[in-house]
Amino acid sequence: MMQPEEIFEYVKEEFGEEGFSFSSGDIGDSWIQVEAGMIKTVSKFLRDDPKMRFNTLMCLSGVHYPKEEELGVTYNLHSTELKQTVALKVRVPIENPNVPSIEAIWKTADWHEREAYDMVGLIFEDHPNHKRILLPDDWEGHPLRKDYVQQDFYRGITTGA
Amino acid sequence: MLEVISKETGNKEMVINMGPQHPSTHGVLRLELVLDGEIITKVRPNIGYLHRCFEKYAEQMDDYAKVIPYTDRMDYVSAINQEHGYVIALERMLELEVPERVEYIRVIMAEMQRIASHLLGIGAFGLDLGAFSPFLYLFTEREKILDIFERVTGARLLYNYFAVAGLMRDVHPEFKTDTAEFVKTFRPKIKELNDLLSYNKIFIKRTANIGVLPEKVALNYAASGPVLRGSGVEWDLRKNDPYSIYDKFDFEIPVGTGEVGTLGDCWDRYMVRVKEMEQSLRIIEQALDGMPDEGDVMEAIPKRIRPKEGEIYVRTETPRGELGYYIISDKSASPFRVKARAPSFVHLSMLPAISKGSLIADMVAIVGSIDIVLGEVDR
Amino acid sequence: MTEYVSHIHPVAAILVHAAIPLTIILVYALVAIWGERKIAGFIQDRLGPMRVGGWHGWAQSIADLLKLIQKEDIIPTDASRFLFKFAPFMMFAASYAAFAVIPFSSAYVGSMVNIGVFYLLAVTSLLTLSIIMAGWASNNKWSLLGGMRSAAQMVSYEVPTIASVLTVVLVAGSLNLMTVTEMQSGNDILGFLPNWFIFQNPFLIVAFIIFFISILAESHRVPFDLPESESELVAGYQTEYSGMRWAMFMLAEYADMLLLSLLGATLFFGGWNSPFGDFMAGPLWGFFWFMLKGLSLVIVMMWIRWTLPRYRVDQLMHICWSILIPLSFVNLVLTALWEVIF
Repeated sequence: MMQPEEIFEYVKEEFGEEGFSFSSGDIGDSWIQVEAGMIKTVSKFLRDDPKMRFNTLMCLSGVHYPKEEELGVTYNLHSTELKQTVALKVRVPIENPNVPSIEAIWKTADWHEREAYDMVGLIFEDHPNHKRILLPDDWEGHPLRKDYVQQDFYRGITTGA
Repeated sequence: MLEVISKETGNKEMVINMGPQHPSTHGVLRLELVLDGEIITKVRPNIGYLHRCFEKYAEQMDDYAKVIPYTDRMDYVSAINQEHGYVIALERMLELEVPERVEYIRVIMAEMQRIASHLLGIGAFGLDLGAFSPFLYLFTEREKILDIFERVTGARLLYNYFAVAGLMRDVHPEFKTDTAEFVKTFRPKIKELNDLLSYNKIFIKRTANIGVLPEKVALNYAASGPVLRGSGVEWDLRKNDPYSIYDKFDFEIPVGTGEVGTLGDCWDRYMVRVKEMEQSLRIIEQALDGMPDEGDVMEAIPKRIRPKEGEIYVRTETPRGELGYYIISDKSASPFRVKARAPSFVHLSMLPAISKGSLIADMVAIVGSIDIVLGEVDR
Repeated sequence: MTEYVSHIHPVAAILVHAAIPLTIILVYALVAIWGERKIAGFIQDRLGPMRVGGWHGWAQSIADLLKLIQKEDIIPTDASRFLFKFAPFMMFAASYAAFAVIPFSSAYVGSMVNIGVFYLLAVTSLLTLSIIMAGWASNNKWSLLGGMRSAAQMVSYEVPTIASVLTVVLVAGSLNLMTVTEMQSGNDILGFLPNWFIFQNPFLIVAFIIFFISILAESHRVPFDLPESESELVAGYQTEYSGMRWAMFMLAEYADMLLLSLLGATLFFGGWNSPFGDFMAGPLWGFFWFMLKGLSLVIVMMWIRWTLPRYRVDQLMHICWSILIPLSFVNLVLTALWEVIF
């Protein structure tokens, strides 16, 4: 069982300094920040490396950071074999919110990524079924953005906004 | 969406909509089935009919505590467990000590809720397969639990009972005896259930070797709770990542054995739930013994909840599996982001993987065996 | 009574012959629907209907009937209107017509035809047709699936039903149900048992078991209620029906259940014969014993319904084609041998 700091050191050894940073808030969990382009390679490494073995993706959350004008994805990983957890984070600018899909690595990401697209408008490259999941296909906007304004009418029905 | 499928299928196959109004989709779930005769060649779950945007509500509350009633409404069958996860997340963010009496009452309530939820899940599963009577027997027992809950919390379904580092009100003086009485009368009923349903030949024929979920697929899809344990993985957050005071109790993790069919089939998932109820009874008994009689359950509740900047992912074991709350705080009075990782959402996403090539009747069994609650899937 | 009726005007005679089974069916259906709900209640540890009419909610079915009559008659836009309207009546007509050859008592049988068993089996197979008609005409995919399932199921289960009925016919040597019943009078077996066919030789017990399982499937009762399995196919072929048309289906289904139970009582349990020889015998007592035997089988069917889960469609076919059919034919041959030897 490794702590997040040790995992960060281990990952850095494999991939080099470039594109990684380790940070945490005043309270709670710490996370490894990864550059968007590398998330797929890093994920694959974390899943398959004998010292990592992160066989499940517990949670994938899309977040909108209005101050930085960025969108973020947080991946909470867990290993049932080595009983260790780690959080990865990806931040992308809001004008170009493209993140490679990790659906091929953890199948569970399929619906989570669709939800993140639906709710905050992240775009996952190479996702096999990149569609809205909770809202209707022709809904406007992404509700969990901080500047979201609800549309007045949906197909002629008032939304009560 | 439908037109696309009908173009794919040509003339040989039929597209049929199972739901959103269908007796055994457990709510408003719509499954697009592509059928060849009665054999399912493709499944597409369509969700969102019950979407209320819990996460947006949570962000717009002016107080962290005001989110608690909304958590109830996610998985309305096990509301206590939903609250439990959320208050634990806040307690960890605020680094609060929870009084011992509060922890004991919480554990008893959470385990009672687990039994109530499993009773509904098992009963509805039987109902899906045409066994009507076990459902009503189980509902009688569930009713007893709800009566106890009603007396403690004032509500029967959505309780709003847990508060940060405390409870909304203390339990009534007869709580211990009431609960002990329930535990005593309930234990023989599990045997009765096994005689009536679990080992019924027809029931076994309908559930064994159906919807087999291999361990590897289960982990890749991040299955949790009884669904993962049904595939033979000994994994329970109450043991493997103990929260609250679960490390004080002695209980086992029941796993699927493939006793009547293949490991990870519908029957295994069902049986794990039945065995879990026994373990919950064990926990309740131990908790009743250890529960302190004196102590103010409301003294530790903070007046004002303002966590420092940071984020946390807290997971707890609900009757359906791992419920995770990912909360980001920006030092203000309301959460910056609350994401609920709902086990039913994850389990439903693997439905296409485990139901291909089965019959319509099996589909009903599979949906019943993963025990989804649509309130939690759609949030 | 049959002789008495034949003395009056032929048209009046037809009307009387038509009215007697109809009255029996209607009264029975009202009682049986209430009874089924009561039995379900007792099995499930609850009371069942208790309000309407005072004593144990005895008027519940009447109230339900009145409600159903008042309902709006809904026909889906895309349904085939004629077939949609016709199917429930045809289904009821099929089971009603079959009552003509049932000997209700030593003094009454609607029609004393010599091919009674043959006629009954032929007419009841019209049920399949009406169910497919309902399923197809509704223009609903669930209804269609229900109709198809029912066609497959009823066609398959007709084979073991007929084979087990044939076993009795072989022993009795007659297709006339009245003759079959008369052959079972007296109490000679082991000195006290009535001469019912079920006691006459061991193969007929096997035949009865096959017959009973098959009629469960023929009348769509649990564990073989696949055509209308409410948790899979919503309501199968009945999905689009409401009001009176739905009530007709309900009536036909209960009538079918009674018909097959009465057939079972005639073939295996001595029909209107009293179990005590000449004691409590006579035309009216005969009617009493006959209905008692038939209704007991109906109650067993209800009891099974509220106890067991449902089979899957392929398992249902498996039971029929690889167990019941071979068994029933082997049984038929063995019965023939038994008859030759003894």
